[in-house]
Amino acid sequence: MAEITESFFSADGLEKRLNGKKFWKVMMTEYWIPKDINFLWAMGVVLATTFALLIISGIFLLMYYKPDTALAFDSVNYTIMQEVAYGWLFRHMHGVAASVVFLIIYIHMFTGIYYGSYKKGREMIWISGMLLFVAFSAEGFSGYMLPWGQMSYWAAAVITNLFAGGSLEAYGLVEWIRGGFAVGDATLTRFFMLHVFLLPLIIIKLIVIHFYTLRIPHINNQSSEDIDYDAEAEKYLAGNKKESKVVPFWPVFLSKDFAVLGLFLLFYFYLVFFNYNFAMDPVNFDPANPMKTPAHIYPEWYFLWSYETLRGPFFDILGMRAGDIGLIIFALAQGIFLIFPFLDRDPDILPAHKRPKFFIWFWVLIIDLVVLSIYGKLPPTGANAWVGFYATTVFLLLWISLPFITKSDAKARGAL
Amino acid sequence: MREFKIFIIVAFFTGILYWGVEPFAHTQLHPHVEAPDYTFKDVEGLKDIIGSAKVGAEIVATNCTACHSISIVGIPPPMNDASSASIYGVVPPDLSTSGKLYDANYLAAFIKDPASATLTQHKFKNGASHPMPSYNWMQPQEIADIVAYLQSIAPKEITNKEVFAHACQRCHSIKYGDFYGGTMAATTPDANIKSYMGMIPPDLSQHIRSRSEQYLHEFINNPQKHLKGTAMPRVGLTLESENQVIEYLTEVGESKKAERESLGAPFLGYLVIFAIFAWLWKIKIWRQVH
Repeated sequence: MAEITESFFSADGLEKRLNGKKFWKVMMTEYWIPKDINFLWAMGVVLATTFALLIISGIFLLMYYKPDTALAFDSVNYTIMQEVAYGWLFRHMHGVAASVVFLIIYIHMFTGIYYGSYKKGREMIWISGMLLFVAFSAEGFSGYMLPWGQMSYWAAAVITNLFAGGSLEAYGLVEWIRGGFAVGDATLTRFFMLHVFLLPLIIIKLIVIHFYTLRIPHINNQSSEDIDYDAEAEKYLAGNKKESKVVPFWPVFLSKDFAVLGLFLLFYFYLVFFNYNFAMDPVNFDPANPMKTPAHIYPEWYFLWSYETLRGPFFDILGMRAGDIGLIIFALAQGIFLIFPFLDRDPDILPAHKRPKFFIWFWVLIIDLVVLSIYGKLPPTGANAWVGFYATTVFLLLWISLPFITKSDAKARGAL
Repeated sequence: MREFKIFIIVAFFTGILYWGVEPFAHTQLHPHVEAPDYTFKDVEGLKDIIGSAKVGAEIVATNCTACHSISIVGIPPPMNDASSASIYGVVPPDLSTSGKLYDANYLAAFIKDPASATLTQHKFKNGASHPMPSYNWMQPQEIADIVAYLQSIAPKEITNKEVFAHACQRCHSIKYGDFYGGTMAATTPDANIKSYMGMIPPDLSQHIRSRSEQYLHEFINNPQKHLKGTAMPRVGLTLESENQVIEYLTEVGESKKAERESLGAPFLGYLVIFAIFAWLWKIKIWRQVH
């Protein structure tokens, strides 16, 4: 270790000890980003900002929220919404950001899928990202319970009940999760703990891992070109900024992110002030009532597609109970995206429009997810049930066909 | 140009998804019902008979005040709320403002046969009868006289809170109306109202958020349309009174609505400035590399 003799209390001494300039270089001014990108590459910073908004608004809410079934509803809807100065603003910001963050996560995810940014060294980026998705889902679900409204209660009842595993009847597990035979005070308090402590901790840790996994392999670009980063960085540093295929994270990449962020924040705060019901379901402004089931129970919009795969098989097939089949597909839907890099058998990194069959696969998936989401909210009766069934079938077939389709694209290109 | 195309695609799918899970889903989840009818066409009302307030005063004195108070003319309630609730099931209304709150034709039909006017006949079967007896033995002229009298004593102006107190609060609490004082609790005790209505009617503190204004109008005007078989009576509010009820629900349940609406525009204005500067900075920086 180099012994540092400069005073601790001097700027020079501090710099010697912290190596701030080196850190700034590695993380910012000499962290190279491909130049050939579009606004979809700004979603990471948009997500980080939204997460920051969630934390800040969450801290303010935490000062007045009371995790007790007798007090929770009024602490949110009276104390925070009516009494605390700008409490309503923080609650709207929190509720809307919790919803919008999933829109951005989905855009971020499908950008990765479209441009093939999950293979040949980028698997860890993808996997850490999907773990973040899972953690955010748990965070969203646990937070939804806190206002202790009708949807809070009934969503908690329905979702915790899934852990019984259908015909497995693992009710001991369900009780263990709930802290009782029914969703109640113990359930609320533990989900409060998860929401404000354990899950944010996990999310922050996963974000750090996610950043770490992408710092070394470098991010993908629009044409999926393989860039020699050392050579291009040298060009840039030598002053050939226009010829170089890369730009530094700061200030070039971030300047574009901030431009996109400006538009995003306009969109987001428009929703916060003027169009928030999509994120703060009116039904949840009825206090939780275990004796009265709401006419329709549905999750928030971002869980609808997977919820619909649960409801999709509504009749027994080959002696298997409909509920069990649904549960298996639902479980599969939660985990399948995680192994995406291993289902794609195409060895090349290419955008979807250069992989003809995969291109079709991609858009069918998007359309299928939209259909599943829309029908996931409607009552599963009559024709709706059949649309749900077929959309679920398409969803399954898409995943089964993915390895073959990607392989076939590669063969046609001569890569295999 | 390419970025713009990508943006259009993202916006398109986001838009379809939003449309599907919000406006479209709501049309499917909440079936459309006919618009509210504030003329109460279905009831046999006054049939254009002109009543006499003077005669009405006498009829009311001999027929109504055994149960009803009329505080505006100094007639006190015959007993306290708890006692009357235990006798009738629900506290009988004070009649001071009835002539103002309720539609005249509806009021006439109500006096004649309360269960059919309130659309709650299904509640009074097998010997059970509406706590207020039918006055179908009265002449239409006498009923018109009662209505004329009630209209003559009613105040011309009435606050939103008073409308709520007189039209709704005998059954419904609205806790947030007086969170610490508790004066906005239902006047009928819980135990009585529960046996009378089959359940404790919901506290209305957050109904302005949990229901749309349109739903509230449709529901109050005729509860059976959205909730077939509900024990809640049609109370016959005029459009003006119903608007006042909804204004009161807003004052209580959405007390920061005005602040939210006025803060929205300047807040977004600030962000427009931020977005412009961010965009200009981006152009300046990227000019060096393109």
